Amino acid sequence: MTPRAVSAADEGLLNCHSCGLLSKNVPNAHDRCPRCGAHLHLRKPDSLARTWALLIAAFLLYIPANILPVMHTASIIYEEDDTIMSGVVYLWTSGSWPLAILVFCASVTVPLAKLIALSVLAWTAQHKSTWRQQERTRLYRLVEFVGRWSMLDIFVVTLMVGLVHFQSLATISAGPGAVAFAAVVVLTMFAAMSFDPRLIWDPEQKQDD
Amino acid sequence: MSHEHLIACHECDLLLRPPELEPGGVARCPRCGATLYKSAHRSQERALAFTVSAIILLMLANFFPIMALQVGGNQVSCTLTSAALMLYHEGMQELGILVLITTVIVPTAQMLIMLYVLLPLSLDYLPPRIPDMLRMLNMLRPWSMVEVFMLGILVSLTKLTAMATVIPGIALWSFAALMVLMTAAISAFNARHIWQLLPLENA
Repeated sequence: MTPRAVSAADEGLLNCHSCGLLSKNVPNAHDRCPRCGAHLHLRKPDSLARTWALLIAAFLLYIPANILPVMHTASIIYEEDDTIMSGVVYLWTSGSWPLAILVFCASVTVPLAKLIALSVLAWTAQHKSTWRQQERTRLYRLVEFVGRWSMLDIFVVTLMVGLVHFQSLATISAGPGAVAFAAVVVLTMFAAMSFDPRLIWDPEQKQDD
Repeated sequence: MSHEHLIACHECDLLLRPPELEPGGVARCPRCGATLYKSAHRSQERALAFTVSAIILLMLANFFPIMALQVGGNQVSCTLTSAALMLYHEGMQELGILVLITTVIVPTAQMLIMLYVLLPLSLDYLPPRIPDMLRMLNMLRPWSMVEVFMLGILVSLTKLTAMATVIPGIALWSFAALMVLMTAAISAFNARHIWQLLPLENA
């Protein structure tokens, strides 16, 4: 292999995103992979526009997700609304601090860090930056990997609602914050999928020529 | 440059010659470090074994109660589906559907697709519509959240023990085992190897 990095795009080759077969980039030819029949794209279509649109929507929903209650507890003695944060505080004060840290990471840190990380990735890719490409690729991989763990709180609310319904004694129901929170998780997952990590490396090729 | 024997990294588009792997080896991109592919040595046999056991556990995990709660003389138990339906009937349709998709529908679909592909292959027969199946498997992967749900069970278990007596159910243990088996099945599954079995139609 030559020391100079050559990308498939430089050689006029398309990498099938589905089966990984390389095909010649022939204009006007059928833009389908000869092996698996998937549509061929040089890069994910409208990658940055889609990523930004989904990110902005997620940023907006992040606010109600954290302010509105995700869970409502009603019992004969008291009534209580829990937000994401108050749920963490409850776990902390009731003595299970390892779980409190875990839920704090999954529900508070991860969604916010993900929004910021994806914004940085999209912004640097848009400005064709060659800054720390390897680290940015690693960041992208991390964002893709941890995103799903934010669903944790949604699953907890589901189980609490499913179990605690003793007619007169106590009932737990889900609050509107849970819907907003789930929407943030789903939107950021879609945003990560729309982003094409190859955009991080494309500027390098241009400079080499 | 002839491109028949080359591949491109799916994360940085680097053009490279695919290295030969030892059994159990993993090929990584020299530029960005992405995992390119794994050794196909006995991978489909292992994947099939894990898939079949995961399908059995999926049934246990979905039809038996996860846990039961005891307050005074009352006892309430819930299965995954009954909890999701409870959300649905309380007007949280989107949430109920999202929970069902990520914990029941997608994992089941994943395992059935893998069975559909792997079982005929183990008998040296190429089932029809393999490209669609592999594509679907790729698309489903991020939405399968059995391991996240397992953690959710643990957190709610802790929260509930403060309120009442909690009795763990069969599905709780099934989910724990399912989490391990599904991860093993998916990581053993070698899509690249199967793609290579397919003929080129109009190259």
